[in-house]
Amino acid sequence: MIKVQKQKINISEENKKLLKKKIGAVVNFIGVARPKNSSGKIHYIEIEHYPGMTEKKIKEIEVYVTKKWKLNNCIIIHRYGKIKPGENIVYVGTAAQHRNNAFKACEFIIDYLKVKAPFWKIEQQKNKKIFVKSKKKDEKKIKINY
Amino acid sequence: MKIIYFSWLKETLGTSEENVRPPANIKNIDNLIKWLSAKSTKHRKVFLKSKSIRCAINHQIVNKSSKIKNKDEIAFFPPFTGG
Repeated sequence: MIKVQKQKINISEENKKLLKKKIGAVVNFIGVARPKNSSGKIHYIEIEHYPGMTEKKIKEIEVYVTKKWKLNNCIIIHRYGKIKPGENIVYVGTAAQHRNNAFKACEFIIDYLKVKAPFWKIEQQKNKKIFVKSKKKDEKKIKINY
Repeated sequence: MKIIYFSWLKETLGTSEENVRPPANIKNIDNLIKWLSAKSTKHRKVFLKSKSIRCAINHQIVNKSSKIKNKDEIAFFPPFTGG
């Protein structure tokens, strides 16, 4: 299941959906907005996305990882809009028969979301707006092109 | 043809989208970038950084030699920063 939403992610509700199935392992990744970066305090971040393309790209990765790591279930939720420090930004939940597959799939999904899904972050500081740049090391991690 | 801009491109241009009718000799993304650059100083400013700009046609990531058609939705944006 995938979702692109403005509101906060209810993590325990999402985990309940994964734990319903009779599986051996559930892995979570939760991305959280940072309160500061190297140049100072962040008041909030703003995430923009490309409606239509975003859902398509996340769906592609859901289908890919489910098959590759034989997942029983997979939930990917990414927020957009204004997000305050400490709030969740992204949730990835993977459920599999064995922990190794659940871990690998979860890590792959979040690496993918960083550089292959059409989201852009802005960090709002007191008097300036910073358009966050992608990191080369993140781009190198994902070699698959869809 | 619908052109959509995201992130700092949108901010620099002061608009998120525009409808354009490029002439028939504009056949690919590279041609389109050159043609759009001549539209205004803001467009020129944006596309001066074309090496760091990515592009999608109808939600598919493409390179700058990709062919374009009149009914395409073309998006320009910087590299993604999700997660």
